[in-house]
Amino acid sequence: MKILALLKRVPDTEAKILINQEGTGIKDEGIKYVINTYDEYAVEEGLRLKEKMGAASTVTVVCVGPEEATELIRTALAMGADDAVHVCDKALERPDPFVIAAVMAKAIKAEGFDIIFCGKQAIDDDMGQVQSILAEMLDIPQVNVATAFEIAADAKRATVRRRVEGGDEKVETSLPAIISCEKGLNDPRYASLPGIMKAKKKEIRKKTLADLGFSESPGEARSTILRWLPPAKSSGCTMVKAEEMRDAAKELVRLLREEAKVV
Amino acid sequence: MNYPLTEDERMIQKTVRDFARRDLAPVAIEANEKGVFPEGIYKKLGELGFMGVTVPEEYGGVNLGTFSLVLILEEINAVCASTGVTMSVHNSLTNWCILKYGSEKIRKRFLPSLASGEMLGAYAITESEAGSDVSAMRLSAVRKGNEYILNGAKIFISTGDRAGAIIVFARTDPADRTKGISAFVVEPDSPGFSIGKIEKKMGLRASTTVEIVFEDCRVNADNLLGTEGMGMKIALAGLDGGRIGIAAQAVGIAQAALDEGVRFSRERKQFNTRIVDFQSTRWKIADMATAVEAARLLTYRAAKLRDAGEACSKEAAMAKLFASRTANTVVYDALQMHGGVGYTEEFLIERLFRDARVTELYEGTSEIQRLVISKAVIEEFERTLPD
Amino acid sequence: MANDILVFGEVRGGGIKKITKELIGAARRVSAAAGGAIDTALIGAGARAAAESLTGYGLRKIIVAEDEVLARYSTEAYAAVLSDIVKRGAYSYIFLGATAMGRDLGPRVTAKADGVMFSDCVDVRMEGTRCVARRPVYSGRAYIEIVRSGDRPNYISIRPNNVAPAEPSGGGTPIETHASNVTRDAIRAIVTEIFPLEGGRPDLTEADVIVTGGRAMKDKANFKILEDLADLLGAAVGASRAAVDAGFAPVAIQVGQTGKIVNPKLYIACGISGAIQHLAGMRTSKVIVAINKDPNAPIFERATYGIVGDLFEVVPLLTEELRKVL
Repeated sequence: MKILALLKRVPDTEAKILINQEGTGIKDEGIKYVINTYDEYAVEEGLRLKEKMGAASTVTVVCVGPEEATELIRTALAMGADDAVHVCDKALERPDPFVIAAVMAKAIKAEGFDIIFCGKQAIDDDMGQVQSILAEMLDIPQVNVATAFEIAADAKRATVRRRVEGGDEKVETSLPAIISCEKGLNDPRYASLPGIMKAKKKEIRKKTLADLGFSESPGEARSTILRWLPPAKSSGCTMVKAEEMRDAAKELVRLLREEAKVV
Repeated sequence: MNYPLTEDERMIQKTVRDFARRDLAPVAIEANEKGVFPEGIYKKLGELGFMGVTVPEEYGGVNLGTFSLVLILEEINAVCASTGVTMSVHNSLTNWCILKYGSEKIRKRFLPSLASGEMLGAYAITESEAGSDVSAMRLSAVRKGNEYILNGAKIFISTGDRAGAIIVFARTDPADRTKGISAFVVEPDSPGFSIGKIEKKMGLRASTTVEIVFEDCRVNADNLLGTEGMGMKIALAGLDGGRIGIAAQAVGIAQAALDEGVRFSRERKQFNTRIVDFQSTRWKIADMATAVEAARLLTYRAAKLRDAGEACSKEAAMAKLFASRTANTVVYDALQMHGGVGYTEEFLIERLFRDARVTELYEGTSEIQRLVISKAVIEEFERTLPD
Repeated sequence: MANDILVFGEVRGGGIKKITKELIGAARRVSAAAGGAIDTALIGAGARAAAESLTGYGLRKIIVAEDEVLARYSTEAYAAVLSDIVKRGAYSYIFLGATAMGRDLGPRVTAKADGVMFSDCVDVRMEGTRCVARRPVYSGRAYIEIVRSGDRPNYISIRPNNVAPAEPSGGGTPIETHASNVTRDAIRAIVTEIFPLEGGRPDLTEADVIVTGGRAMKDKANFKILEDLADLLGAAVGASRAAVDAGFAPVAIQVGQTGKIVNPKLYIACGISGAIQHLAGMRTSKVIVAINKDPNAPIFERATYGIVGDLFEVVPLLTEELRKVL
């Protein structure tokens, strides 16, 4: 089975996000970059499927990203992936989901595949669109926000549990398909020391846009960011007071729902 | 810390750091509090390759050098010095000794199990009358047929009651004080082998420190490391790696203490001021941080010399001396920054304080390190004098 | 027409989900500034019945697609139907809820329509002739305001509970049937079963919401009032070291440096003073609610919201008030 796992390079979840002086994006200094958390579940699920299916199966990591992404791809290889495709091109600095999907579609078609795992969204732009656009471009079914995955005995279908409001749906899909992964699907393994050593010899196929057959840009930007804004600043504790305690409770509920939006 | 690492080294550091924080930290808190040896963690470490760092691949190891081991030990020790010392003895001393001086038969027999973490290693030199004065040891090993019969006792042996392979140094020739010592790999199921006293320690409470009693203990002659009389040479050569390992431990403890001090002093307010905003605190932090960096760099330097196959006894001793002193001053200052609550078990600094103390005592006291360093410095100087 | 908006509403149990009214509210505000009609599309079992409840909202028309193939959600069937509806109506904007369905359907339809999509927005408004959407990025550590380039159909998904829902405005709205030509064979991924949320409390270290009690709980049995609140919120229950040492709670639920380190979105501290030892265990909580009798308790310095009062009075009231809205 040829298993693909999509990977994106993103800032660490703990990174301090500050808007740059020009207001055109975030400050890059001091930011540590990691594999998108949800993509880790994708790589792990791919590896588990490979272990289940046996020796003839492989896991190929596909990443559209800058030069610096190589180290993260190497980490996925150290986890146990067999090889990788790294699409790296200056023209892809601030790509939008359609461009990413178009580029990936080309690279993926060239690779061939039986199943694609990816994260449900990237923790930088939080768009969560690429996988569905890609599925449409490849004309394959999609199952998003997977919390459990099981391949059928004939390896032509799979059963996926997906998270919706108030519960889970069980979805049966034919393969090939694209499955986006949610937290709780699995526990990603560490890149072991032996894995890190083995990864040095694994192949990363580097491609530019030209290599993929794009004679011109894969697409122009479909949107413009007008401005960047910091989150609302917290100014100490809001003491909730009222004549009657019940009214205070009511007000607290309102604040939690409408202001803090945590309930 | 801003130090040029290779891609591999960064990946190794990330794996061990993530493991230490996610998997080891919760286990460590409970194990240290209850004084329990966390057996399960060593299997996990073994699976990740951390128990056979410098063992060649043919024996199931990862064939990395001392520098990689230092990166690993620093991260582990920042979270649990007990796990750190167990790993350090296992990697730097047991694995190393068997690899360098064991016959092929012995290597094949022990290294794969040690590298996988299924078996733990220990290292027995110290006796009640032979601490710094190693050659005063009296554990005897008498050749009888194809066995050696050991009589005597070793004390303060880390992991001694859990190890499957213990490097034991014994006197084969009573007449020759320094060249009469030999080294063996001893297995705990050897007849006449028993565990004696189990020490209750100030710190490192999730590691075991025991007395091993040998009463006509029979050890197969195959288990002799090197040749008879090589013991002292093996012990001294092993100490370089051991000292670098402890230096790395001290750096890890010191870094953790510094982080705790900064974290706490940023949150705690008195007189409407954060503790961290008092200048006296800031100066402490500056000195602590600088010392930790210096200790780290001394340790890195010694490790790199060792990996290059160059002599490094002086550098290893310097690293151990300075790093262990630093660990103790940093935990002291960090505890002071915590004020009274730092004295309670609610905060990690209390354990770091207790754990740090031993780094100036074992694997060669600071006094011994000073002997080694001064001797080397003077000899180097004398070599520059005209004949 | 130039600025026509299609609201993709969601149906549940023959009625309309609240998000639909929020989307209509947002559409009204945009259309008030930009001009253009607002239509609503409903797909699936109960769509027609749900449409009836929307006829008094001043919409131009409500498009309903309901048949056996569409009874349950499937990406491919709904995407085919919706993209058909969008094409026919030549809408400029399509609003969806940033719900499980919207997040799955939106990008697929956008791809079919070669449009552009803004996901998970918290606000939509007109700025001059442009429709500006605001959305969180980096897990809400920053926000961007974004507009489309050119005039591709603009799909915008909006987070529930973020914009004011529309109120009925009277009048009648025609309901139009859309005949779908999607066959069962065309669907490759199909929902076979639905599992409602399981009971049981989440793990403390993974919980998104945690309710914790301190020494002021006075008794083990009193933790029941915290458990009631936790059950309502799907939260985990924790205890401070003082409560554990006093025997009011098991050490397994102790929050603190020597207990569990937690990282929830919402942390409700009941009768906890906020001494630094406890803070070590929950300092990364996004929102902290403190309930304490003592107005000088240090926890109020760390909390986002605070109520000075007796937890035995406040917590049950809080539970009651929450029950009314959840």
